[in-house]
Amino acid sequence: MTQPVLLAGGVNVFKYAAPQTFYPLAGKLIPWFSWIAAALCAVGLYISFFVAPTDHQQGESYRIIFIHVPAAWMSMFIYVVMAFWAGVGLTFNTRLSHMMVSALAPTGALFTFVALWTGALWGKPTWGAWWVWDARLTSELVLLFLYFGFMALQAGIDDPRRADRAGAVLALVGVVNVPIIYFSVKWWNTLHQGASVSVTSAPTMATTMLTGMLVMALAAWMYAIAAALHRVRSIILEREHGSEWIRNYAGSQP
Amino acid sequence: MGALLRTVIRRDLLLAWRRRADIATVVLFFVIVVSLFPLGVGPEPNLLRTIAPGIIWVAALLACMLSLQHMFASDHSDGALDQMLLAAAPLGLIVIARALAHWLIAGLPLVILSPVLAIQFNLPPELSPVLTLSLLLGTPILTLIGAIGAALTLGLRGGGMLLALLVLPLYVPVLILGAGAVDAASAGLGAEAHLLLLAAQLVVTATFAPWAISAALRIAAE
Repeated sequence: MTQPVLLAGGVNVFKYAAPQTFYPLAGKLIPWFSWIAAALCAVGLYISFFVAPTDHQQGESYRIIFIHVPAAWMSMFIYVVMAFWAGVGLTFNTRLSHMMVSALAPTGALFTFVALWTGALWGKPTWGAWWVWDARLTSELVLLFLYFGFMALQAGIDDPRRADRAGAVLALVGVVNVPIIYFSVKWWNTLHQGASVSVTSAPTMATTMLTGMLVMALAAWMYAIAAALHRVRSIILEREHGSEWIRNYAGSQP
Repeated sequence: MGALLRTVIRRDLLLAWRRRADIATVVLFFVIVVSLFPLGVGPEPNLLRTIAPGIIWVAALLACMLSLQHMFASDHSDGALDQMLLAAAPLGLIVIARALAHWLIAGLPLVILSPVLAIQFNLPPELSPVLTLSLLLGTPILTLIGAIGAALTLGLRGGGMLLALLVLPLYVPVLILGAGAVDAASAGLGAEAHLLLLAAQLVVTATFAPWAISAALRIAAE
């Protein structure tokens, strides 16, 4: 290990790379992120339904964007975060990074599914079809397959150490391929149909609409962190259930 | 370096030749899958001509997948893979040689057969070379990306299905560019752009895939 990195308060960052120190920290952080997520979600939904004006072209159906756009953002962002932790895990051989990757995958898949589902709900009244082979829809679908592939690989390997490392390689290969897939799909679509349907509804949007969307995006972010921390705690317990610190920790809890 | 490549390729080709039936299975699978489509969608010549590139490409993807399961499996079970990992020669080089051999065994036959299947679908004679060329550039990418998946799923239960789940989404750009080349040529747009992009992807994949395959093999053999 290199020289310990110290934060302003003199906190050793590497200290929390060990599961037994991270476990209680995550436990303390989860309520915070959960409550902030709930509060932001309440505020965001209030803005979305009561403050934001009705769109003059799409009417009320546009309001799906307050869930759809944050979910789509998170679906892509989480994959990149997964690849980042996978890279860290492979380079520094830290168990916690790999656990984080496994913990993030279901949340990412969930957001991808929500983005596709809400997109279909919006597409029916707007385009007249549940599903259109639009470039963005198709690449989002491929992203969902990538998440499923990652989770299937980890589920298929019994040895946790191998599952971690194999999953990390897959996540890194996937993240390199995501832009290639996106551009090839975009190109494929523009070749086939001249006037492509675009997901962006209007060039400019009212400030309240944008505010609602951003607040919902923050809520989605906080939820993703809370869910990932919760899941990482379960993974730590599952992986290290025989170790001494867990017995001590369980004994010290009321 | 050249001697190493030659040795590994010759070994793999020799092994494949002693199990000729395996090569025949892949090729027959390819032909049968392609031949099933007219039975499913009807014998209308214009429709068949339109969907021919896509069908032949999807069948090539699936056939390649079928052969990939065996790429490292027997070496893994008889210990030859461990010898390769321990060898003084760089693993990346061995992996490149093995991918090349696999392509010669499982990819090249599909490329050579494709003009015959194009006739089956009534594809105009001037489009047939485009299809063959797109397969020639695309099938090595399928082998290289697929080898990553094959190495990751080495020795797992349900490895074959898992391999398909991992690798097929990554094949999307190859499918789009490969089948798109023929479509573009038939629309009079010229296939150069598609073929050049396919070649670019081949170069990028051939550069980076050996690293990923080596890493995956080391993880699997641990």
